[in-house]
This record gives sequence, C-alpha cells and structure tokens, in this order.
Amino acid sequence: MNVFMILRVAMRAIWRNKTRSALTMLGIIFGIAAVIVVLAIGKGASQNMVAQIAKMGDNVVMIFSEQRHAAAGVHGGAGEGQSLTASDGIAIRRELAHIVKAESPEVRTQMQIVFQDKNWNTTIYGCSTEFLTIRNWRVESGDFFTDQEERQCARVCVLGKTVAANIFPNEDPVGRNIRIGNMPFRVKGLLEAKGVGGMGQDQDDAVLAPYTTVRRVLQASKFPDNVRQLKLSLYSMDQIEEAKREIGALLRQRHRLSDDSDDDFRIIDMAEITSTMSGVSNTMTVLLAAVAAISLLVGGIGIMNIMLVSVTERIREIGLRMAIGATPANILAQFILESVLLSTVGGGIGVALGLVGARTLGEMLGWPILVETGSTMVAFLFSAFVGMFFGFYPAWRASRLNPIDCLRYE
Amino acid sequence: MKQQESAHLIEIRDLRKIYALGEEPVAALDGVSLTIDQGEFVAIMGASGSGKSTMLNILGCLDTPTSGSYLLDGIEVARRTRAELAHIRNRKLGFVFQNFNLLARTSAIENVELPDFYMGRLGRAARRRRALELLKRVGLGGRGTHTPAQLSGGQQQRVAIARALMNEPPVLFADEPTGNLDTKSSVEIMNLFTELSNEGITIVMVTHEDDIAAYAKRHLLMRDGHLIRDDRAPAAPSAPAEGGAA
Repeated sequence: MNVFMILRVAMRAIWRNKTRSALTMLGIIFGIAAVIVVLAIGKGASQNMVAQIAKMGDNVVMIFSEQRHAAAGVHGGAGEGQSLTASDGIAIRRELAHIVKAESPEVRTQMQIVFQDKNWNTTIYGCSTEFLTIRNWRVESGDFFTDQEERQCARVCVLGKTVAANIFPNEDPVGRNIRIGNMPFRVKGLLEAKGVGGMGQDQDDAVLAPYTTVRRVLQASKFPDNVRQLKLSLYSMDQIEEAKREIGALLRQRHRLSDDSDDDFRIIDMAEITSTMSGVSNTMTVLLAAVAAISLLVGGIGIMNIMLVSVTERIREIGLRMAIGATPANILAQFILESVLLSTVGGGIGVALGLVGARTLGEMLGWPILVETGSTMVAFLFSAFVGMFFGFYPAWRASRLNPIDCLRYE
Repeated sequence: MKQQESAHLIEIRDLRKIYALGEEPVAALDGVSLTIDQGEFVAIMGASGSGKSTMLNILGCLDTPTSGSYLLDGIEVARRTRAELAHIRNRKLGFVFQNFNLLARTSAIENVELPDFYMGRLGRAARRRRALELLKRVGLGGRGTHTPAQLSGGQQQRVAIARALMNEPPVLFADEPTGNLDTKSSVEIMNLFTELSNEGITIVMVTHEDDIAAYAKRHLLMRDGHLIRDDRAPAAPSAPAEGGAA
C-alpha cells in the first residue's frame, strides 16, 4: 500500500466529516494565522527600526565625553564629562584621514527663534561643515555655512523644514535675518525634508549653525572648545574595530590619561545601537510568537481529540482493514496521515489567512509589515509537525487494536 | 517464511487456546487436531461457547493459539507477529462476515479492490478490471458504483465475497455468512459458495444452522473446546439447482 493510496483514504475520511474536519482545523488555522501575523508585525517593526537608525547616517561612529571613574566624589551622568574637545575631533580627522571620511562636533541647545511676529522653539545643532556628509542630509535651497564662517563664529544658520514652515509660512527664508535667542543670524539655506528619525523625533525641527558660534555666541561658554559629542563617518564599516582602537589611543594620548586610568570618553557605533534596538523588538517578537505557539498547541490537542473519536467511530473499519491484510504499520500510517492532512490543510489556510490578515492590519493601522518566506515556511511545516505529533497517539492506539475485537464491536 | 512438508492445505495439531478469565483458566480450544485439504467445503458447527469461533479466528490468522501448531499452505503460522499475520491473511485468506463489514459510503467496486491496496500486486487499471470481473462473477455486474447503503443485504454479502476473492486466496473463511440474511438471499449466497467450492476454492464456514451447514461437504462439530465429530458427506447435499447468479 503506497502513500498515495493511504492519502486518498485519509482525504476521503476527512471529506466525509466536512463540518467536523473544518471545526478541527479551525484551531490550527487561527494558530498559524496568528503566528504569521505576529511575525510579520514583529519583523516589520524591527526592519523599520533598523532602517530608521540607518537614517542617522553613513557608517557613523559617535564619541561621547564621559566622566572618569574617580575613586571618590560625585559622579555625573553620561555626557557630563568635559573632556572631549572640538580639537580632539580635528586631530582625529587629521591623524586618521585614511579611515575617517568626515568629522563634526555636535552640541545642542534649545532656543527660541524669532522672525517678525513669528517665533518657534527648536533645537540648535552646532556642527562642522562636514555634518551634512555624516548625516546624509542635503541643502535644498541656498548654501550650507563655510569653513571660514565656522572659524569666524559667523552668525549664520541653516533651517530645517519644520522650522521654516513655522517661521516663514509664506516666504523663502534664504537670505533673511532672524533672531536666535537675542542674537541676529542670517539664514543661509534650507534643508531637505527628512521625516521622522530613528527615535521618533521630527528631524526637520532643527536649526544647524557652526559649533563655534553655538558654543561661543549662543551658549557663551567659558570653555568653547569643549563639546558634548563628536560624530564621525568612516569610509567603511569594516574598519570599525581599527577606528575604535586608533581613536581610543589618540584620545587617551591627547587627554594625557595614564595607563591605569579608565577612558574619559565612550565610542559607540551604529551597529551597537542597531543590535540593541532590534534586540528589544526581537524579544517582543519571541514573546508574541510563544503566545501564538500556545494557540497552536491548543489546536493540536483539538486534532488529537477528534482523531481519538474518529478511531473509536471507525473501529469496525479498522478491524476489517486488518482482517483483509492491513498491518499495524498501515493503520498507523493511515491515521497519522489523516491528522497530518487535517493540520497541513489547516496550516495552509492559516498561512493564507495570516498573509491577508497581516497586510490588512498593516494597512489599517499603518504599521510596517514584513513577511519572510522562511518563517512562513517554518510556520507551515510546524503545522504538519503538530499534526504528526498529536496524531501519533490516536493512530498508535488504532494500530494496537485487536482485529477480532474490532470486528465484533457494536 | 520457510515451507514445511505438508500434504494438506490446513494442518493443525493439538491446538489449544486458553483464556485466563477469573481464577480459573478457560480452554476455548482444548487440543484440537485436524487437516483440511484443497477444495474442501467445511462447516464448523457447535453451540455458542463450544469454541467454534475461536477455532475460526485461529484458522483465519486473526488470533494465535496458546500452544500447538498450525500449518497453513505449508507455512507454520501459530507464532507470528501481527504484521506477519496481516500479510498471511492478505495473501492466503479471504473473509466473509455475518455483518458484511463493507466500508460505508464507499462504492462496491472500491470495497472489492481493498485487499489489493494492501497487497499492491496489481496496477490501478488491472485492479479495477479484476474487481469488475469479480463483481460480475457474484452477479453484481452493473452495481459497481453503488454504495453499501444502496444495496440489499444479499447484494452486500456478494460484494463481500467478491472482496474476499480479490487476492485469489486458497481459503475462504465465512463466519455465519447468512446470519443477517433472509431465506432467499441465504440460498443465493450458499449457491454461490457451492459454485466457488466446485471451482476448487477451499471454504471453511462457521454456522449454527443445519440447513446452511447442509451445503458443506464436511461437518465438524465442536463442544467444550473439543472436536467431537467429523463427518464427510458422501455426496453433495440437495442444493436447489438454480444458477448461482440471480
């Protein structure tokens, strides 16, 4: 007796009890559909997050100043240290020119911007001329500030789209004079729209100005060279380890740290952030998938239940089949195949339902959806496995039956 | 399975079947020996509890004896695994039951084909052809597509006989084959058996009805697990002379 014949018998048995088969499948259908939807949403979210993080720039490395771990005394938080300077950045750019494509300090200050009767509160980013390269941003109209303006602490700035829309609703801001805090600034250019950033913030709600100007003029700092953060862009992410090592050595030397003291800075690359963020979303996905798997388990138990009923119901048929030559293995195969068929048909419908459901949900709620062929296949194969696993016990019971008892069963 | 020298189709020696019911073991078969040759038409008779059903179950390889030997077609079958017994039943034995035991909601022709599914001797087309021939043989030529529910009791039993013949077994076992049939159908079925017997098929039938047993050429009487009488009728019984197919 070959597999196709057994398959035909199984299909017929399922077809005979259409309603019952359909209801039994329901558990698997919803279980698999739930797995597909959950994975699609989870993967979509995590892929979206990675994409958003990638928006932060090309091969970006960030250096934060960090307070050294002194043996005693009050410790500040991250970024509280005052060790990092713009000169450090310039030195890195010069010494490691073969690795570092672009370099910029990043200092931020929150200020009120005023033009005529309009005003707007936004973040002023102090940076160097290479900042656009690092962030992959572009100037839409006008120009970015120049190296010379940076050196001279010129009061020039470039506006983000959101800021421009609020301050200059009806006119071109390029060439206009505005006030940032109490200081007059000339608007040199307008940035291209960039949308929502990796952390959910509006990236267009920003004003860029030379870091020198921000430190000296806006913040009126006594230590204008000190910066909170340096951003670098590498030529290639393959060089990240070399870059971290070289930068570390250079900064330790420049900060005159003795061999036994800790770093007073921290170097972070995008890969780290990406893996942390996607780690969070993966944990969520795993949790949700576990819940979906439990629903599959319940579906499997439903199948086992129905298969046990089916074995009892068809005990005469089993006896007859055995009498005319079915071996215990034949009977085992027949009932396992029947339950595998139930679960895989259910699994197939579940996959279809899950794909439609994921898409619909994604469109309705505007969530990013990512259906992976691999995990869809795994979900489907899992449904077959559920059928095999939960079908085994009823099938085994059927195969152990004594033909004489079966034939006499009323 | 090694062949042993035996002149008989069925040869049992000192067959015992002991059931451990309650405190005392009960011997359903208590040392039965007999031989049945190719082409015989045997009726096993006896009151209920006499051991005739146990006898048929063991002869039919549905059950195994506690002790003793059973040579079927030269093969020792007394101690075999369930799978081996299934193969023997499939190839050497045909069964006809009191309650027909056809698969419900399955056409007559597919019921007849069933034994070959487990044997896999014929291809699809050859199997269908043979099943149709057999249905014609039992007088149901035009009813291959009917399901058991659409057939009368007598017709269902004929389908069952056709099924029993599917794999060309040397022996046919019938357990009260007319027990659920009216007189007319019973006569038709017994005529069919007589014809098959005349063609050389060995038939072993259990019955408690004398007039049904009368069709057989040899009568075994059982009582309390013993074979107490073994009559060979000198001539064929007076069966009605109409041609088996109705």
